[in-house]
Amino acid sequence: MLSNQEVAEELLGKFGDQVFDFEEPYGLLTLSTTREEIIPMLEFLNQHKTYQISFLTDITGVHYPDNKDKEFAVVYHLHSFIHNFRIRIKVFISEADIHIPTATGLYASANWMERETYDFYGILFDGHPNLVRILNIEEMDYFPMRKEYALEDATREDKIDALFGR
Amino acid sequence: MADIELLPHNVPAQSELPELIEELTTLNLGPTHPATHGIFQNILQMDGEKIVSGEQTIGYIHRAFEKIAERRPFYQITTLTDRMNYCSSPINNFGWHMTMEKFLQIEVPKRAQYIRVIMMELARISDHLICNSILGVDSGAFSGFLYVMQKREDIYEIYEEVCGARLTTNMGRIGGMERDLSTTALRKIREFIKTFPPVLREFEKLMSRNRIFMDRVINVGPISLERALSYGFTGPNLRAAGLDYDVRVMEPYSSYEDFDFSIPVGQSGDTFDRYNVRMEEMWQSLKIVEQALENLPEGPYYADTPEYYLPPKKEVYSNMEALIYHFKIVMGEIDAPIGEVYHAVEGGNGELGFYLISDGGRAPYRLHFRRPSFIYYQAYPEMCKGSTLSDAILTMSSLNVIAGELDA
Repeated sequence: MLSNQEVAEELLGKFGDQVFDFEEPYGLLTLSTTREEIIPMLEFLNQHKTYQISFLTDITGVHYPDNKDKEFAVVYHLHSFIHNFRIRIKVFISEADIHIPTATGLYASANWMERETYDFYGILFDGHPNLVRILNIEEMDYFPMRKEYALEDATREDKIDALFGR
Repeated sequence: MADIELLPHNVPAQSELPELIEELTTLNLGPTHPATHGIFQNILQMDGEKIVSGEQTIGYIHRAFEKIAERRPFYQITTLTDRMNYCSSPINNFGWHMTMEKFLQIEVPKRAQYIRVIMMELARISDHLICNSILGVDSGAFSGFLYVMQKREDIYEIYEEVCGARLTTNMGRIGGMERDLSTTALRKIREFIKTFPPVLREFEKLMSRNRIFMDRVINVGPISLERALSYGFTGPNLRAAGLDYDVRVMEPYSSYEDFDFSIPVGQSGDTFDRYNVRMEEMWQSLKIVEQALENLPEGPYYADTPEYYLPPKKEVYSNMEALIYHFKIVMGEIDAPIGEVYHAVEGGNGELGFYLISDGGRAPYRLHFRRPSFIYYQAYPEMCKGSTLSDAILTMSSLNVIAGELDA
């Protein structure tokens, strides 16, 4: 059984101050890294002889419009079947320079996950073989999951934000 | 009499044969095609009968669930989840409830957990039943399908008895079940346990060792374990390729550790293995339902979480506190704690994950569904490359791609 402590220390030893913001919400090891180190880190965890964290569960994006220069987060969920160990890695990027390298070289499944993230948030995955919209129509000229696009019709007065806590 | 010129017998109609042109044919499989069981398009490049390459277009029934969820109170998100994999909606519903319970750290009573297990396993049976019988239809064996449809109807009647709906179930609530199992529901489940095995056995007899069926599905659409893992396969499709990963065993939720069942695995990851894995899983699910029903604990069927579980109607009219909570829940005025959580359940097609980020508001800040169909469907062109069109249909059918889950 792998412990969060053990993996965190191993990553700290390998990547130094490039890994930070360690957390354990509900027991799941969560950490952040930079976009320069994300692919080496995925590769390191994948090739690691004992950990074998080699299953990509999920890639998704999050938009934090008020988080200056860190407006977007790309969240990777990884899983090791050998140790039944999950890890969550976050990479924060700014809206002005919304690029991150692709993980398609390591995981075939990253292809559509990244396309979906691009489709909804406009995050550009450099080196992706076919970075086009996947669920929305090609003609769409905005990224709908960003927070500036309100879900409700702005002209409606019966559904005010206060009722929904926003 | 004029001379009649007799033509020699074997003269070709055209003296010069046209040159053979080597070119690929483009074939549109879908968006609406009876064999795709859902709205998605495959643009295939065909060399005669063989598929050279394919490209998928998906998103035809995309309904922006993740966006909608950002404006909904937590208890209203359940209705979004059952529209994802509509062949096994209770699993999706409970998956979401369990995510919320994990997030709020609610301990659900044993009875509710067992009822959930019963409903989830019935849902798994109905999911696999449809997949396997449709596979029969696509390979030309229609009768089995109609025969097992009757048993799915029985499962839907149980759903009806438990929650009132058949397809989009909205079953259970955050904190437990909305009501206890009625005597009619219990009777119907018992009846199902008794009447289902002969039907499934007969279906198995009709299909599993049927020479024609075997010839149609063995070595069709195979995928190696390595590729399957790289493509993010989970669930029956991964197990057919040879890895016994099952969320129910790996990270037991809802008391799955109490039950005795085994995980069937295949070897070659072809259509026949996928069929067999699903077949055996139905038997195992039935076993779990039997055990859960036999050991169904007494006690409450919902947890004491007044902020999320609607109080009984009688109390709303007589008890001030209940009235306040009722109002607050219905109006969505409960502020959730801050935090993020990932919870996975074993859906009909694999690991169904819910990634929830809450900023302390009344709706999720971000909710992402890890939808197994969406992730493994991208392997489809690779799996049917070089096979014939009719085999590609079987491959898709055995992957059990559900359009609602694919597009969310």
